[in-house]
Amino acid sequence: MSVQVGERESAGAPLLSVDGLTVSAGDGAEAAELVRGISFSIAAGERVGLIGESGSGKSLTALAIAGLLPAGLTAGGSALLGGVETIGASEAELRPLRGPAIGFVFQEPLTALDPLMRVGKQIAEPLRRHRRLRGAELDRAVAESLAEVRLEDPRLARAYPHELSGGQRQRIAIAIALAARPKLLVADEPTTALDVTVQAEVLGLLDRLVAERGMGLLFISHDLAVVAQQTSRVLVLRGGEAVERGTVADLVRAPQHPYTAQLVAHARALDAALDGAADGGSAAEDDRGRDAGGDA
Amino acid sequence: MSRRRSWSRRATLRLGLALVGIVVLVALVSLVWLPYALDDTSGGRLSAPSAEHLLGTDKLGRDLLSQLMVGARIALLVGIGSVVIATIIGVTIGLIAAFAAPWLDDSISALLDVAIAFPVLLTAMLIVALQPPSLGSAILAIGLGMSAVIARIARILAKRVVGSQYVTAARTSGTRTLGIVRRHVLPNIAPTLAVTLALQFGAAVLAEASLSYLGLGAPPPNASWGRLLQEAQGTVLEAPVGAIAPGIALVVLVLGVNFVADGLRDAADPTRRRRRSA
Amino acid sequence: MLGYVLRRGALLIGSLVVAMIVIFVLLRLLPGDPANALLSVNATPEQIAAARKQVGSDQPLLAQFGTWTAQMLRFDLGDSLITGAPVGPEISSRLRVTLPLTLLAFGIALVLSVAAGVTAAVQSDRWYGTLLSGVAQFGIAVPVFWIGIILVWVFGLGLGWFPTGGFPPDDWSDPAGAFSSLVLPALAIGLVMGASLTRYIRSATLDVLGSDYLRTARAHGSGFGEALWRHGLRNGAVPVVSVLGIELATTLLGAVVVESVYALPGLGSYLVDGIAKHDFAAIQGVLVVTTLLVLLVGFAADVVQRIVDPRLRSSVGVAG
Repeated sequence: MSVQVGERESAGAPLLSVDGLTVSAGDGAEAAELVRGISFSIAAGERVGLIGESGSGKSLTALAIAGLLPAGLTAGGSALLGGVETIGASEAELRPLRGPAIGFVFQEPLTALDPLMRVGKQIAEPLRRHRRLRGAELDRAVAESLAEVRLEDPRLARAYPHELSGGQRQRIAIAIALAARPKLLVADEPTTALDVTVQAEVLGLLDRLVAERGMGLLFISHDLAVVAQQTSRVLVLRGGEAVERGTVADLVRAPQHPYTAQLVAHARALDAALDGAADGGSAAEDDRGRDAGGDA
Repeated sequence: MSRRRSWSRRATLRLGLALVGIVVLVALVSLVWLPYALDDTSGGRLSAPSAEHLLGTDKLGRDLLSQLMVGARIALLVGIGSVVIATIIGVTIGLIAAFAAPWLDDSISALLDVAIAFPVLLTAMLIVALQPPSLGSAILAIGLGMSAVIARIARILAKRVVGSQYVTAARTSGTRTLGIVRRHVLPNIAPTLAVTLALQFGAAVLAEASLSYLGLGAPPPNASWGRLLQEAQGTVLEAPVGAIAPGIALVVLVLGVNFVADGLRDAADPTRRRRRSA
Repeated sequence: MLGYVLRRGALLIGSLVVAMIVIFVLLRLLPGDPANALLSVNATPEQIAAARKQVGSDQPLLAQFGTWTAQMLRFDLGDSLITGAPVGPEISSRLRVTLPLTLLAFGIALVLSVAAGVTAAVQSDRWYGTLLSGVAQFGIAVPVFWIGIILVWVFGLGLGWFPTGGFPPDDWSDPAGAFSSLVLPALAIGLVMGASLTRYIRSATLDVLGSDYLRTARAHGSGFGEALWRHGLRNGAVPVVSVLGIELATTLLGAVVVESVYALPGLGSYLVDGIAKHDFAAIQGVLVVTTLLVLLVGFAADVVQRIVDPRLRSSVGVAG
């Protein structure tokens, strides 16, 4: 995989290049900077991880790139998405990028999906908008989208989100994100809200789809083990700043920043516990549960 | 941002207290001093506002300001009286439901749902229907009408406390039900209940004004604001002040208690306070 | 869904029975005999006994309730104690004023509150968003009959655009005349109810604006307005529909009060007249009809909420 990444990276202009990105709350003298000067780029097919605790600014970074910051927050610096500057861009400029240029999978599928709309209709929405599909063609595309995320039963399209399991809901969210065939996928803690047993399935699905389509991936998580599995390059965020960056291998081998070292040590301790203990599975479950709770 | 919000919340509470304070002050002054006696008709019919009669006179020549001042007293009496009655009845029913067996709790709450579907004013009209009109029966009628709303909120709040672990702990250590009510339930439901009571106070004042306007409230010489409006309605062209001033008085008092309720709501709900300022 | 409608319908009938018992008991428990309506202040004991016999209040309570229930089942609301005319037809003719007034007022309230509530939420950081919230706050502190008086003063007496009161004697055979006499009263009620609804709609809209599903829609290329229309409307409607029933009942009551301002021959003035003259049958009749209307509205609101929100539907599916 890393070979493939190298090839694509050299191929042409990056999908996304972020330079000195800032996010601040409020204005004037009272303004507080929540993200300070973050820079990175993602080439086609490349996978980059953002790792950090809750409040480190990793989600804000991703939202700022697509102009989706909540009211009251403003972005500064520069972010080129598919060659278009998105910081300070108007809604009319951003709208065509959202979907084809960048797709999002959010943390909590239960709230990220419209509770009152059948999931098939929610998948159909970006298909209609970006691929201009209608009628029978649209129905077929919805069924294909469902099949792609391993939801073969066509009756699922008629289900409401609350009628599905957490894993099924997140698959629907992935199907929506992929419907407009984005070149870059942002996965923001996509498995944190899920049961441990389901996490692996969803991660596997994401991994396969990203590889098949040659998409770029921006993977956001607080969990080093998951980020290491999904990505090749990582930025470690703390208090809104990138404290360390590099390949996953370098980071794990020789962490420079004390916070990174702490993350690595924590992951190693977990590994050791898993290797050593006969009932290691439940220990890992407890630990992830705690992390997820802290993040939420 | 957060500082501005907390400032505006405190400002709301203060503004509310100031508005209510004006009405209370006027009511207190009216007890010891009025510009003219209520039955003094020396001012002449419908005279315009002047130095002698700041708000003019009504169609019988009575001083409008004096009547308005007495009206403040009545409005406050109605608000306090009916809220006290509604609280005593409502909280008692709510607490009984919260501690009762499930079937009784369910029946009470179903009954309350039916009762709440009826606007307080309709219930009050039903109750005053066959009473000789008096301020007392209006207060009683409005208090009874509002008790269902308070009972429902008291029940929900009390159930939350009763289901909590510290009450279970108190129970297992042998505290009696009344002790639990006094020591745990009442102190815990009081802050949120206070918000409801403040809002109901405003609703009671409006309901009494409506009753009086319809001629079902306190009979003369009780100068209820609602009755003043009813009397001034026919002469609105000749003496507009008479049809405007009592309405403004009503709005000042009701808006004031609503502002106080808003201020109390934020004080009563620490999670909301924290979330807002975050 | 059909099961739910049937069960909710059973609750409707149960509530109606309970409410009728309450009306009956309250009217009898309170001091004051219905027969008093027929009597002068210095009536002799014989006259009182005769009047009680005529009204039926000399019978035991249970027998009175039996008679009354039997009447109700025949859709007979009894005869007025004052005029002797049957109450039922009188009420139905007065509903021809009150129901259109209520619906018109409710329509005005809905249009105003949706426009104001959504604007106040979407533009909450602009001065006019704040202003709208403030006006709504102000509106719920204003008595509806006072607005009525002010409207009469300005648009009736002052500008002469609309009649200041009354209703065409030939009823709806003159639709324009009938409608124009309802405009000001409906506006008075609509303004006050609109203010109270605005607060619900504003907070429902704020919830929608902060929701993750709206962000999801926008993250995949939906415009803000489109996302609000496709996803926000239904989601925002759920909490609002649940209060609409009670708000509509309050609007009906607003009509009852405002009819007095405009001297409209509706249900409200009939009730107020009945109370003033101690016409027991009229009061009872109006209360029964109002109760039925209030309960029907609550029933409709609950059913509509099930239709809008699939989560409520399926929770019933699980329960039975």
